[in-house]
Amino acid sequence: MSGDALLQVENLRLDLIVGQRRFGAVKDVTFAIGRGETFGLVGESGCGKSITALALIGLLRRPLAFGGGRILFKGREIQDLSDGEMRKLRGNAISMIFQEPMTALNPLSPVGRQIAEMFVLHKGATWHEAERQAVEALANVRVPAPDRRVRDYPHQLSGGMRQRVMIAIALACRPDLLLADEPTTALDVTVQAEILELIRDLSAAQGTAVLMISHDLGLIANMCARVGVMYAGRLVEERAAQEVFRTPSHPYTSGLVASLPLLGARASHGRSRLKEIAGVVPAVTAFPEGCRFNPRCQARTEICIAQDPEETALARGGRVRCHHHA
Amino acid sequence: MPENDDMTLKVEELILKVEDLAVHFPLGGGLFGGARRTVHAVDGVDLHLRKGECLGLVGESGCGKSTLALSILGLQAPTRGRVLLDGVDIAAPGVDRKARARIVQMVFQDPYSSLNPRQTVRKTLEAPLRLHGVGNDSEVEDRIAEILRHVGLRPEQAARYPHEFSGGQRQRIGIARALILKPKIVVLDEPVSALDVSIRAQIINLLLELKETMELSYIMISHDLGVVEHMSDRVAVMYLGRIVETGDWHTIFTKPRHPYTRALIAAIPDPFGERPGVKISGELPNPLEPPIGCRFHPRCPEVRDICRQPPTPELERLEPEHAVRCLRAAELA
Repeated sequence: MSGDALLQVENLRLDLIVGQRRFGAVKDVTFAIGRGETFGLVGESGCGKSITALALIGLLRRPLAFGGGRILFKGREIQDLSDGEMRKLRGNAISMIFQEPMTALNPLSPVGRQIAEMFVLHKGATWHEAERQAVEALANVRVPAPDRRVRDYPHQLSGGMRQRVMIAIALACRPDLLLADEPTTALDVTVQAEILELIRDLSAAQGTAVLMISHDLGLIANMCARVGVMYAGRLVEERAAQEVFRTPSHPYTSGLVASLPLLGARASHGRSRLKEIAGVVPAVTAFPEGCRFNPRCQARTEICIAQDPEETALARGGRVRCHHHA
Repeated sequence: MPENDDMTLKVEELILKVEDLAVHFPLGGGLFGGARRTVHAVDGVDLHLRKGECLGLVGESGCGKSTLALSILGLQAPTRGRVLLDGVDIAAPGVDRKARARIVQMVFQDPYSSLNPRQTVRKTLEAPLRLHGVGNDSEVEDRIAEILRHVGLRPEQAARYPHEFSGGQRQRIGIARALILKPKIVVLDEPVSALDVSIRAQIINLLLELKETMELSYIMISHDLGVVEHMSDRVAVMYLGRIVETGDWHTIFTKPRHPYTRALIAAIPDPFGERPGVKISGELPNPLEPPIGCRFHPRCPEVRDICRQPPTPELERLEPEHAVRCLRAAELA
């Protein structure tokens, strides 16, 4: 990524605090997102992808804490901003949509008001003006009859409609960066397809960069230009999205790709036994020494146990953190 | 039209037959005499399952697939229709619940909430054996050890509690519990969707192995069409309480005929962005007021005026194993 990246995350470390001990829940994570770019973070539960997003908008709370590194947004360091300064940024230049819109929306407030709030807080609009803009914002996310829907409370809307409201709130101030943490996991597949299309269309139209977070490798590859694969708090591979499927480099990534029953695979190649990744995902408090994937890795040698691998740039583009990468 | 009356099906091959099953839930009405309304959760489903077969049940939330599964397990009384397990109507008077439990069992989605945290694995596996008359301690021990080995755990792990296991291991315990009575049919309700992605392959492989070694038949509910394609022999697609398409897995995934089946497949994000197909818009209609005519018509990209008229289309058989509930099925080939 060139020097004019919208977001640069450098050697990010996030700690989980248990009593007097600090565990590196995220360690040395480095990536950059360009203006208008769609970047994906993919990994399993506990890999640190969601807390990375929370750190970007200053929403880490105990037992999680910032542990080191830099976050540059438009060239400005934001990891040490005061709560007040961060609040000006959050929802305005950087906003976020969450997995479960029912818990992210205020159940006691009509959705129109929750959208209008953004214009009042960040753009200095009057409530009257903001409520008019809220109708427009709902129309933008393709909610039918938006002038009536603004008066609805979250419980009156379906899951898909609620997620549209979340997107309307997140995009109200035309942010430069949208963080989308599993935005469709709680939705049915046909609704998921619509919401993804909506995020894709609106972010492209507004020039908003997107950090998309998901456990679904297929979804991330489909939505994003580049992908970072996380495992046990580390970014183990960063590549062009489709290359992750075609030529995975890290043994974890290649294991994951081979383990997926991809739609269409049986019809074109017949059914073969799925490749398994042995073992289990380690807990944050028990990340292994050396390479964090080594207990489950088929390519493991002595050095993987003894030494934490550095990042290596790949000749074909991207980078990988493995002693024996492909 | 009964879906399974054709000559290619020998009765002795069938392990399960569902005939015109309906489950209606009354809602509202009451104190001030408001009209009583009814949700037609399952509305006339015909299904069959052959020995050794895996039937994938697909559809979005609210389509009735879980209610259908509960009826098959005898946990939800049908409003209409019959469920024949191994030839026996499970709802008939005098049918023993325990006899039913020896035929059909269930594996749940969430291995965290579906195991009793205060019981050791041994206790969880022992209870059904005792209930079903295995009184001999050494036989109980042997059966528990045997089933744990079958699911890839060690017999000595029986002394542990659920919290000592990972998610994948817990699902293995859930599978062991379902299999300890040696049932013939297992209902798998989203068996891997609560598991970490890197663990899913282990459980999918295990389920397919157990199907062979223990001569099981599966009904698998899943929203993950990749898993359904990989595991199923046949697939039934449900929409608003009815089967809209059923066929062998290859037909469903390579030549789907119903616009809803096509839309479901098109909706799965393709990593290479190459999967063709028309996505659909809108959401499931209010099941209290299902659309007139074809229930899918408000969302259907192929809709014509005729689809908006009653009656609701029938499930028409196109081939011996392939049936579609769509007026335009012939044109959409």
